[in-house]
Amino acid sequence: MVDIAVVSGAPAGILRRLFRRKLALFGFAIIFIVVGSAIFAPWLVRYGPNEQLFDGLTLQGAPMPPGGDFLMGTDLLGRDLFSRILYGARTSLIIGVIANGAALIIGTLIGLTAGFMRGWIGSVLMRFTDLMMAFPALLLAICLAAIFQPSLWIVAMVIALVNWVQTARVVYTETTSLSEREFIAAERTLGASQSRILFKHILPHLVPTLIVWGTLGISVTVLLEATLSFLGVGVQPPMPSWGNIIFENQTYFQAAPWLVFIPGTAILLLALAFNLVGDALRDVLDPTQRGQD
Amino acid sequence: MAGYLFRRIFQAVLILLGVSFITFVLLYVLPADPVRQIAGRAATAQTVENIRQQLGLDQPFLVQYGRYLGGLIQGDMGRSYLQKTEVASLIASRLPATLLLMAGGIACELLIGLTFGVIAAIYRGRLLDQGLMVTSFVAVSAPQFVVGLLLLYVFAVQLGWFPIGGYGTFEHLVLPSVTLGIMGSGWYSRMMRSSMIEVLRQDYIRTARAKGLTRARVLTRHALPNAILPIIAMIGIDIGIFMGGLVVVESVFGWPGIGQLAWQAIQRVDIPIIMGVTMVSATAIVLGNLLADVITPFIDPRIKMR
Repeated sequence: MVDIAVVSGAPAGILRRLFRRKLALFGFAIIFIVVGSAIFAPWLVRYGPNEQLFDGLTLQGAPMPPGGDFLMGTDLLGRDLFSRILYGARTSLIIGVIANGAALIIGTLIGLTAGFMRGWIGSVLMRFTDLMMAFPALLLAICLAAIFQPSLWIVAMVIALVNWVQTARVVYTETTSLSEREFIAAERTLGASQSRILFKHILPHLVPTLIVWGTLGISVTVLLEATLSFLGVGVQPPMPSWGNIIFENQTYFQAAPWLVFIPGTAILLLALAFNLVGDALRDVLDPTQRGQD
Repeated sequence: MAGYLFRRIFQAVLILLGVSFITFVLLYVLPADPVRQIAGRAATAQTVENIRQQLGLDQPFLVQYGRYLGGLIQGDMGRSYLQKTEVASLIASRLPATLLLMAGGIACELLIGLTFGVIAAIYRGRLLDQGLMVTSFVAVSAPQFVVGLLLLYVFAVQLGWFPIGGYGTFEHLVLPSVTLGIMGSGWYSRMMRSSMIEVLRQDYIRTARAKGLTRARVLTRHALPNAILPIIAMIGIDIGIFMGGLVVVESVFGWPGIGQLAWQAIQRVDIPIIMGVTMVSATAIVLGNLLADVITPFIDPRIKMR
């Protein structure tokens, strides 16, 4: 109980420690910018993301390089890349949050149940998790995405189905070690119900872990979505996603490298931001890590 | 020891059985009909039905699965629907290229990762350490296809040092290996750094320094071997992460491995190939994990087998 109070009672202290880290601040800044661009995209761009502009191609029919009317140039179809990048941020964030949220919930439920129930239910669940670990994740995701006609929701679902495994393992390990602690035994002796112990005493202790894994997981999700879209089995054009912008334009990338490297940089920065923030959160939230650096 | 090994191998076989079952179910229920793909658009209903019967796809699910398993035990993965070749021989012909690429990838990630990790640990807390750790974050956040295209653009298109794609010589191997290895090098440098810091904190390191050994000798002879031990076991686990990356890297560089084979098969709904590659990948992953668990107690006697 004492350490719960420390964790949940002092978010201000945690935030202060977090903001003292330059890298975490950099990560927050990027996330802030990407979220801002995603929300305010309609007011920030001059052209719609799917508008094929009359002057969007050169006379020879090649895309326009960055600069001039088009901040980031245009793509093969003469659409404004800046506008597609901003609207693409929506796709990345929506999938990042939904797919990762779903993976986190599935992973937590399975890990928690397996760790708390033990017995045959626990074994079955953990053997199933082992089995999922043996699946070549990306291959499975590609397969699923290719089989079902991919849409935003299918892609999110596929990513969630592939990504819950790590969370389940971590939650399982933590839950088993927590269940053996004295305060849980004490609760049991006092006659607390299973669900009370689970939700009132074990789950709150998992919150720091879940925050860390939830943040790091968004980075994994963003990369996976980009990869699926790059292979053409992710979010389908014309809906812009950073991955499918590269997919659509890669044949032309020697002549128009910005069409690959601008969205590529965007993916890298967003994934990096969540990694940096997640890592800083781990240092700040996990007392055993404190003083390691 | 023998009992432990036996139990682990038994578990591995069970896991593979599970993987085969789940993949089979997924491919069985999929909405795309492979028979339509084979028969083509112009085929009559009669032709479609004939092909279905020939392939045994009209049988109940469990019969199909049982037949597949029976073949699998004898090393028979069935025939490709479209290429009319044995899946096993298709995979066997592609496997050397993939293994070569994986070896290259592992070499790159270890070389870059371990070097960076050791340097960061030695200069712990200083600017160089911070710079290397930021680099490692960038490495793990970089999408492989972007890294691949960037390397292609700079070193193949602009500088002309390496070929743009293909397979055959050492020059062909460099860029794909680096692309595959970069993400792992980020993880390794972070692990190596903390492992090295942990070792440098030990008493015997202080003793070694105190008895007058040079700093360099203590680092290379006393610290490094012990710091590397826990890292080696990770290579086995890496194989799983590589299996996914292969599809991307092979498609960017036109590398003729099983990643490409799988990717083409998925696009054409060539189920026996998808099934075969999934099984081969899963076997590699399970073997990698098994190897990691079995090797660890040998290289580090402090860890006991359970």
